[in-house]
Amino acid sequence: MGFFDVTSKVLKSIAYPSEMVPSIDTEDDGHHHFDHETEHSGAKLGMWLFLATELLLFGGLFAAYAIYRAKYPDMFQHGSQNLNVVLGTVNTVILIFSSLTVAIAVKAIQENRIKLVKIMLWITIICAAIFAVNKYFEYSYKFNLGIFPGTDIFYSIYFAATGVHMLHVFIGMAVLGVLLRKVYKGKYSKDNYTAIEIGGLYWHLVDLIWIYLFPLLYLVG
Amino acid sequence: MSQEQEKNYLENGEGFASWFFTVDHKRIGIMYLWAIGVFFIIAAIASFLVRFEHLTPGQTIISAHTYNVLFTLHGSMMVFLFIVPGVAASFGNFLIPLMIGAKDVIFPKLNLYSFWLYLFGAAVFMIALAAPADTGWTFYTPYSIESGANVILITFGIFILGFSSILTGINFIVTMHKLRAPGMTWDRLPLFCWAAYATSLLQVLATPVVGITLLLLIGERYFGLGFFDPARGGDPVLFQHFFWFYSHPAVYIMILPAMGIISEVMPVFSRKPIFGYKAIAYASLAIALISFLVWGHHMFVSGQSKLINVIFSVITYAVAVPTAIKVFNWLWTLYKGSIELSTAMLYSLAFIFLFTIGGLTGLFLGALAADVHLHDTYFVVAHMHYVMIGGTVFGFFAALHFWYPKMWGRMFDEFKAKIAFVLIFIGFNVIFFPQFILGTLGMPRRYFNYAPEFQSLHQLSTYGTWIGAAGFILMLWTLMRPLPGKAPGNPYRSLSLEWSMDSPPGTFNFDEIPTITEPVYNYGTKIEEES
Repeated sequence: MGFFDVTSKVLKSIAYPSEMVPSIDTEDDGHHHFDHETEHSGAKLGMWLFLATELLLFGGLFAAYAIYRAKYPDMFQHGSQNLNVVLGTVNTVILIFSSLTVAIAVKAIQENRIKLVKIMLWITIICAAIFAVNKYFEYSYKFNLGIFPGTDIFYSIYFAATGVHMLHVFIGMAVLGVLLRKVYKGKYSKDNYTAIEIGGLYWHLVDLIWIYLFPLLYLVG
Repeated sequence: MSQEQEKNYLENGEGFASWFFTVDHKRIGIMYLWAIGVFFIIAAIASFLVRFEHLTPGQTIISAHTYNVLFTLHGSMMVFLFIVPGVAASFGNFLIPLMIGAKDVIFPKLNLYSFWLYLFGAAVFMIALAAPADTGWTFYTPYSIESGANVILITFGIFILGFSSILTGINFIVTMHKLRAPGMTWDRLPLFCWAAYATSLLQVLATPVVGITLLLLIGERYFGLGFFDPARGGDPVLFQHFFWFYSHPAVYIMILPAMGIISEVMPVFSRKPIFGYKAIAYASLAIALISFLVWGHHMFVSGQSKLINVIFSVITYAVAVPTAIKVFNWLWTLYKGSIELSTAMLYSLAFIFLFTIGGLTGLFLGALAADVHLHDTYFVVAHMHYVMIGGTVFGFFAALHFWYPKMWGRMFDEFKAKIAFVLIFIGFNVIFFPQFILGTLGMPRRYFNYAPEFQSLHQLSTYGTWIGAAGFILMLWTLMRPLPGKAPGNPYRSLSLEWSMDSPPGTFNFDEIPTITEPVYNYGTKIEEES
């Protein structure tokens, strides 16, 4: 295997990270040696553990929030009043709705309703995109007001927490996009839906984090 | 297919790609072993130079800035590139599926990706050396915010390495839950696996916290977030809390796998069942749990409240209990055993001796009054090296010798290996024992210069590095040149599963998944006589 083959193989595997998830369409190379049930429950357990790490990642931000809000209650109240509650509420509704659609997608694939899966995944991805656009307007509005990360501790937490969350929205969109592409290729069915289920779990986490961020940041004023 | 299965895992496929793209847990384990070995040697050379510098007060061979860079390089490389991924990723990968009776880990591809992430993180870390950090491995604010060095790049590298260790941890936990062979119940699981399980839990639960900490540090440097900057209303001590909330559990990420190794080696060379199997297994979990509650003992002099100090001090004492349970159980395993002093056993015995010194001096530091005197002195340096080298590295060396026949399918020269052991053991003690004395006399750590009255102890410590280096080179020499002839499947008459197959194992480990009917450590009992 020459240098270019090696390079292209590396790039390919980086481009399609969904293949990190073992799927039964992988040819039997002897290392996938267990039955589908073990694979399914194993992948789910692995995803739940990963979600725990995500919670701890945000846990650091929540801890910083708690400490500084106790230290500077006025700053938090004042800063929160400058956030756009309407846009925040709209985004909350959008994310909760997208959690519903992804849940329907998981249920649909278990019943082999491929078309419904496609529709639901599309809606989820579009919701995520709308969320991102709203966030873009919120950020640029803040920048126009001269509010940046580092303006004060509250806005630092606001930008750090929503920024890290935004990153997760983008990762979630990428994951759902890869899943959708594979749905079009006909890779999933009622006998093989593990990847969609754990992708959906990840999306629920993105939603869940926002449900905590929204009141803590927008509604304390 | 049948012909392929007769090949062992080392022969099955040749060339770079057959290793770099493999999903075979054994090959991935071997690649980790090489990678951490290289970083261990680079970091050891850095410490060798640091010690050499201390031959005389003032400048001996390197400038003060180079000195700061070298000890940062040594510390951060040893911690993040060698010892945290170290034993768990290399021997864990190689051994866990063999020990539980599985053909591979549950996510073989994810396993390969973890290794690539490790390499990627290491590469970013190495690129950062263009303007090397001089902050120490702890990256304390405010200096890490002000330093002109490449702090962003190096912390980003560590962030990626953390990702790699999270994914490895998840892989191991799920593997041990889902892929144990029939009859391999939790109370028959080899103690190395128990230790790896506890380690993985720590990796999964603690690493994300250092992840967000380092991200915030990057944000602090890049955007001026102000979380850790008192001028903006932030608090530098918060950084220390975040950092140690990860880094104290990380200490147990480093030591637990080594404890697992000792639990495997002890019964084999004592020809006795391990004493207190359940106590050792649960002690691993207890250590993992308590380790989350003691981080504040790194910060007794940081200005945190007195009440908090007392609470952290008491919990710190509590973590010594499960640790001591393990040590006493190993000693009881030896009692009236038929002890065979193989090289692996010598390293294991040295582990008990040195780790006990390291652990007990840890209690000095956990005591409030003593810590105020000893904080940030050479006493701390000596204590943590007794735990990390005397503990983890000696355990790692024990594993290198013990599983050598299984990994490589060859035997090594025990006599030379034992001479190397003696040199390393003496060298290590000559390096670090004087540092306990230096610390109690008040020599602060990380200082370039020192008062002339400390010179003799500093010199003694430096001479120790020469003895230790000679021993290490002899060890490598011995292991690189195996004896002719193939190793038998089970040269030590061990009863655990990984020895029940050929050395080295075939690519798929087991032709047929075995069924386990007996506890693992039935040495000196009826079963052994039959076999």
